[in-house]
Amino acid sequence: MSELTSMTLAEARDALAAKKVSSRELTGAFVQAIEAARPLGAFITETAEKALAMADASDTRRATGATGALEGLPLAIKDLFCTKGTRTTAASKMLGNFVPPYESTVTQNLWNAGAVMLGKTNLDEFAMGSSNETSAFGPVFNPWRARNSNANLVPGGSSGGSSAAIAADLCLAATGTDTGGSIRQPAAVTGTVGLKPTYGRCSRWGIVAFASSLDQAGPMTKTVKDAAILLTSMASVDPRDSTSVDLAVPDYEKLMAGSIKGLRVGIPKEYRLDGMAADVAALWDKAAGWLKDQGAEIVEVSLPHTKYALPTYYIVAPAEASSNLARYDGVRFGYRADKPHDITDLYERSRGEGFGAEVQRRILIGTYVLSAGYYDAYYSRAQKLRTLIKRDFDAAFEKCDVLLTPSTPGPAFAVGAKTSDPLEMYLQDVFTVTVNLAGLPGISVPGGLSENGLPLGLQLIGKAFDEATLLRAAHAVETAADFKAKPNKWWTA
Amino acid sequence: MSVDKDTVRRIAKLARLAVPQARLEPMAGELNGIFKWVEMLGEVNVEGVPGMTSVVAQKLKWRKDEVTEGGNADALMANAPGGEEHFFTVPKVVE
Repeated sequence: MSELTSMTLAEARDALAAKKVSSRELTGAFVQAIEAARPLGAFITETAEKALAMADASDTRRATGATGALEGLPLAIKDLFCTKGTRTTAASKMLGNFVPPYESTVTQNLWNAGAVMLGKTNLDEFAMGSSNETSAFGPVFNPWRARNSNANLVPGGSSGGSSAAIAADLCLAATGTDTGGSIRQPAAVTGTVGLKPTYGRCSRWGIVAFASSLDQAGPMTKTVKDAAILLTSMASVDPRDSTSVDLAVPDYEKLMAGSIKGLRVGIPKEYRLDGMAADVAALWDKAAGWLKDQGAEIVEVSLPHTKYALPTYYIVAPAEASSNLARYDGVRFGYRADKPHDITDLYERSRGEGFGAEVQRRILIGTYVLSAGYYDAYYSRAQKLRTLIKRDFDAAFEKCDVLLTPSTPGPAFAVGAKTSDPLEMYLQDVFTVTVNLAGLPGISVPGGLSENGLPLGLQLIGKAFDEATLLRAAHAVETAADFKAKPNKWWTA
Repeated sequence: MSVDKDTVRRIAKLARLAVPQARLEPMAGELNGIFKWVEMLGEVNVEGVPGMTSVVAQKLKWRKDEVTEGGNADALMANAPGGEEHFFTVPKVVE
């Protein structure tokens, strides 16, 4: 069975088309793998029955010749995408029993293309975190372990269930969402590929909202080509999301082909942080060499406001979150406190009991920075900083076509290692958060192993709506890196 | 600017969030750590810089002012933690 589950999305697509395997067989193999991998905690809700029914329906369609772009391909869905009739929790007690009566646009696009849903993957509560440890349904463990160690490591976050599921061969690919790095950071620390598209490329309709001006859905996969395939089906122009951009969706798989000869790759000097881990810095230099060897031109660029990106983010994102999460009031849907003595008590206790610690912290930060007397000092200033950060990128992209940076400051860390100090956790996103603030597309590609044998990722950042060039450059990095390492399947033992 | 226990209580009230008495002090400490770090934004000259309103150059879309969906009260009520027929229930608010 393992040869079925270790296929890439493209390989599985071709095997199904050549009738070497049925969707039923393929889906069945994943259902078994998921059951055997429960110690990882990657899934909040497994939907085996639904998966097999969808697979059968797909096989029937194939027999009649009516196939979609993802026909019969089993995928995992981050539990932040509303799925009609299947519980959608956002990894929160607040939505622990929420069964959406509607389907998100992105997942509907996938089902329209013939894909099969294996289940809903774990995440940080309301996507707030970088280690998947804030989930009300328990942590996710990274399939990877350091050399000569049995310590459990985090799979990154917030899309940690998705990244772990891909790395452990529990699905062909998965969906993720990225507000400050939540696709790229977990991809980096699990040796997988994660793409955050340009803001507005994928519809946000039906995705549980965190920070609406930053949130963007994207593919998480085993290869760059798979990311191109999945993005082509996830993206759409959606009248239900007013920020969905009116641009036809191209065939990214076709567009990513070709050489990078003459491509200008920018290296932002401000990303070379003091005290940067030696293996991270070395991999970054090596990757620039790989691109140069394939005909790219390497140019140094400057993004002078880089160091202000994280603090800017930690004003803007909580501000928007405090507003978005105001809807959870214990009245219309979600958790409701027992025996409230009045309406205020109902609101306050439903929210106090339903939200976990990190979510509460961010609601309080957001409420504070938006409150009378502090709005100008914090929120207005942060919005101006955001303009400056965007201008940095505009200027850099006059000199280059893509940027190359590390994805994370280091490899996966131990469970519990960074939970006592929120700031230390926030610093995980230092290389990824700028991209969200500027609305740009970014991708993390496995680059190699760290000193202790764990995956390290490389990030490429593209111009707005130029996912095609971004994917082409990412494919060049992927080809040169030739990352073939796999984690030992300790969880099935 | 430093956040104390009373400030946490005040913003928790604004956010309609029940924070237990015992959590007020630790939360004040955590928030102070974050706000102290954020203060570095003060060193940037932002005079004349417009605030970001949209990362993507697109005008907000308009659509025809007409009903597109509706008539699904049953679906809307399906997840209500307290509800009777097509009404959400709350504790008594008018004496």
